[in-house]
Amino acid sequence: MNKLDIKDVINKKYTAGFHTDIVSEKISPGINEDIIRLISEKKNEPKFLLDFRLKAYSKWKCMFEPKWSNLVYDKINYNDIIYHASPKIKKNIKSLDELDPVLLETYNRLGIPLTEQKRIAGIAVDAIFDSVSVITTFKEELQKYGIIFCSLSEAVHLVPDLIEKYIGSVVSYSDNFFASLNSAVFSDGSFCYIPKGVSCPMDLSTYFRINTAGIGQFERTLIIADKDSSVTYLEGCTAPMRDENQLHAAVVEIIALDNAKVKYSTVQNWYPGNESGKGGIYNFVTKRGICLGDYSSIIWNQIEVGSSITWKYPSVILKGDHSVGKFYSIAVTNNYQQADTGTKMIHVGKNTKSVIISKGISAGNSKNTYRGIVSVLPKSSGSRNYTRCDSLLFGNRSSAFTFPIIKSKNSSVNIEHEAVTSKISEEQMFYCQQRGIDEESAVCIIVNGFCKQVISELPMEFLLEAQRLLDISLEGAIG
Amino acid sequence: MTFKSFLDISNLSVQLDKKLILSKLNLKIGLGEIHVIMGPNGVGKSTLAKVLVGNNSEYSISGNIIYDSFDLFSLSPDEISLKGIFLSFQHPLEIPGLSNFQFFKSFVNAKRKYQKLGPVDNKEFLDNIRKFMKILNIHEEFLYRSVNEGFSGGEKKRNEILQMLLLDPKLVILDEIDSGLDVDSLKDVFKCICSFVKNNNSLLIITHYTRILDYIDVDFVHIMNNGCIVKTGDKSLAYDINEKGYSIV
Repeated sequence: MNKLDIKDVINKKYTAGFHTDIVSEKISPGINEDIIRLISEKKNEPKFLLDFRLKAYSKWKCMFEPKWSNLVYDKINYNDIIYHASPKIKKNIKSLDELDPVLLETYNRLGIPLTEQKRIAGIAVDAIFDSVSVITTFKEELQKYGIIFCSLSEAVHLVPDLIEKYIGSVVSYSDNFFASLNSAVFSDGSFCYIPKGVSCPMDLSTYFRINTAGIGQFERTLIIADKDSSVTYLEGCTAPMRDENQLHAAVVEIIALDNAKVKYSTVQNWYPGNESGKGGIYNFVTKRGICLGDYSSIIWNQIEVGSSITWKYPSVILKGDHSVGKFYSIAVTNNYQQADTGTKMIHVGKNTKSVIISKGISAGNSKNTYRGIVSVLPKSSGSRNYTRCDSLLFGNRSSAFTFPIIKSKNSSVNIEHEAVTSKISEEQMFYCQQRGIDEESAVCIIVNGFCKQVISELPMEFLLEAQRLLDISLEGAIG
Repeated sequence: MTFKSFLDISNLSVQLDKKLILSKLNLKIGLGEIHVIMGPNGVGKSTLAKVLVGNNSEYSISGNIIYDSFDLFSLSPDEISLKGIFLSFQHPLEIPGLSNFQFFKSFVNAKRKYQKLGPVDNKEFLDNIRKFMKILNIHEEFLYRSVNEGFSGGEKKRNEILQMLLLDPKLVILDEIDSGLDVDSLKDVFKCICSFVKNNNSLLIITHYTRILDYIDVDFVHIMNNGCIVKTGDKSLAYDINEKGYSIV
């Protein structure tokens, strides 16, 4: 009888690994002031943005790559990277008819139909291809509500005051090595403004696609939720299969004013490299939200299945009194993938509350690390945090690490931390099989049970995507 | 026996790291028969149960097992289950986060798929479970707890029998169902088993103790020692053992 091989069961084929054959306009590789000026010029940016870029660049030049993470990877040569590439298509198109059919086909294959008839009802999409946004759907419909949803490059001209006020306000140009790099060379990204009192009638989403070889993707997303507004945001990402590593260093900033609610969900499915660890995306991302107003809330959901390297800590600064920050995460690593991910919850205001639920699943030779900080500042009286970070291991070669840091400068707070590390055992698998469940389904139901706390928090539309990617049976979470 | 054996084990030898655990074991079980295997610790009783349900990857094996005209060694563990062999585990496993109800639904649907039937209707399924839970004296909240997580010994064993009733197998192997069970639980469990075997189902009970004979009528008692069956008899053999110990064989 063949020995149980869990590796076969969780090894999924990467279906988004194709390359789109389209002419790309690339600038020459390398990073210097001229390149930055060129990027800014291409986008016809106002002076304040060029200044922001140049400030970031001079800061970045004096910075070093962070070495504190639990990640081992080949040296990144920043002068080999192409910092801007865009498909050669008509610019500023007004309708889909003008969009290159090759791109339409690409998004169809990725399961993101953009055409009117096939659009997923209730989800507006901003499609980012390499360094530019190729189309944003439902833009006009959303305008009726006063909602601005467009690419960041467009927003710079549409609402320059908002951009000047908020860009870099949550993640400053000098925040960290990768955020500074992004601030210097960022290409496109999504912008979203939800006006006072408006509850966004549909989910907004950005789909990031890296296509061209040799480029890095440095998008920047800015979400502003005004008083008493709410929005659910979804993000997806994929890339072709290639033997060389590609860098993705994004920044996402969220601002929630009084009583505003933002839920940001990510399915990160960048190419993870092959079975022996060759290729894959280096994903160094800074995501942070600030609950600026009282009673506001920001929720991060993430399902991380891709990338060869993941370095990502979606965080919340709880500045407003009674504000709420939540982080729900499932990170799956397989083969030679490495993930170092977690969150920071910074409690500033009074009676603030944060919840962290992190589930790490490691298989193959992979390494999965949870890293988190819960920090309570002196004036944050009556605040609470609950953290649970669990790890599930497959086989004998995968590893799981947890680095939770708790700092409290106020004695009236309540902080709870729970953590469990377990191994999916052959006995557990066999128990399921003895009841007639095949190996693959057995892995699914065990993993599904493990992730239940996170899965039950995902938005409905997201469940389907998550299911497709994780091969998890979701009956348990929605039944 | 007037009919063909339902399960036919012939010359079964099982080795683990060069240590012989089962040695040329022979056993035939007919449809509707109830067999008991008794023996001291470490004679290979649980190994026999494991091999019968296909959990044998660590062993080297010789001999034959024919079950319902299939070569058992050609089947994977889930196929063995789908073809009607059920093992009640001595130590049922825990699956954190997965509710009993979802687990039940998963395996019942796997079985229905095998029988080329559509997925089970939720309401009908729930009614069915509740009926069995009543007989087993199991409380409703049991359904929504994680599989075996934090269950008492008695609850775990009741849970095994509930799963047996839901799967409706043809051959049931009870591996030390009586260990860790108090008298009340033992009564509930055997009440179910007795009514279950009335439908011409076969039963193989593995145990140390004769106390279960107070709850069920058995057809054959086998005494196992040194990896094979050394003596076979009827109920009275078990009582002899009870009085005089295993030394009589």
